[in-house]
Amino acid sequence: MTTTLDVLYFAWVRERIGLPRERVTTDAATVADLVAELRAREDRYDLAFADTTALRVALDQALAGFDAPLAGVREVAFFPPMTGG
Amino acid sequence: MSVPTTVRVQADPFDPGAEATAFHAAAGPAGAVVTFTGVVRDVAGGLIAMEIEHYPGMTERAIADMAATATARWDLTGALVIHRHGRLTPGEPIMMVATAARHRAEAFAAAEFLMDWLKSRAPFWKKEVTAAGAAWVAARPEDEVALTRW
Repeated sequence: MTTTLDVLYFAWVRERIGLPRERVTTDAATVADLVAELRAREDRYDLAFADTTALRVALDQALAGFDAPLAGVREVAFFPPMTGG
Repeated sequence: MSVPTTVRVQADPFDPGAEATAFHAAAGPAGAVVTFTGVVRDVAGGLIAMEIEHYPGMTERAIADMAATATARWDLTGALVIHRHGRLTPGEPIMMVATAARHRAEAFAAAEFLMDWLKSRAPFWKKEVTAAGAAWVAARPEDEVALTRW
């Protein structure tokens, strides 16, 4: 099913892709499918997502796995491991 | 019983002493108040600034969830988390955790729990700015290991 997502990027993911957020219309069923779609777009996406073990993902502002389904999701965020505190 | 809990994510500086005093005054009947303040450090020398990016919305939510977990797990009479974002200079407070409880063991444990979770589960990213340029701070494996003790 085609859906439109707000996709957000933070820290070096944002810098590599060159924008903080965008709307993406996709048929992707899971986060991993969405990543594959983005990587196929352009080198800057391919580079940013080259190693997903170095990345974290949040769906509607809650941490999730790359195998998580996107059904019902509005907002997807990609970022490196967090360094707060 | 609901425990007074405050979460603030802000660009503005804060005064840890004034915050501790206000927290103590507002907390319930506590016999122990623990406060922790994290400060921008310049270990290697040459740090000009620390830039902290965050995920507005998720940050507040993630910290509120951590605070709710802490107040459910330990018998607290109050909890406070303040975390700054934006550009900070060495020596400035970045964040503060305060917990109040009837006994010190609970206040210390809850404060450490909140610190450990803030380090690797609250969506903040630090970037160090030096004369040589700017670099993102890498997450430390030991911070991830620290979560396993809870």
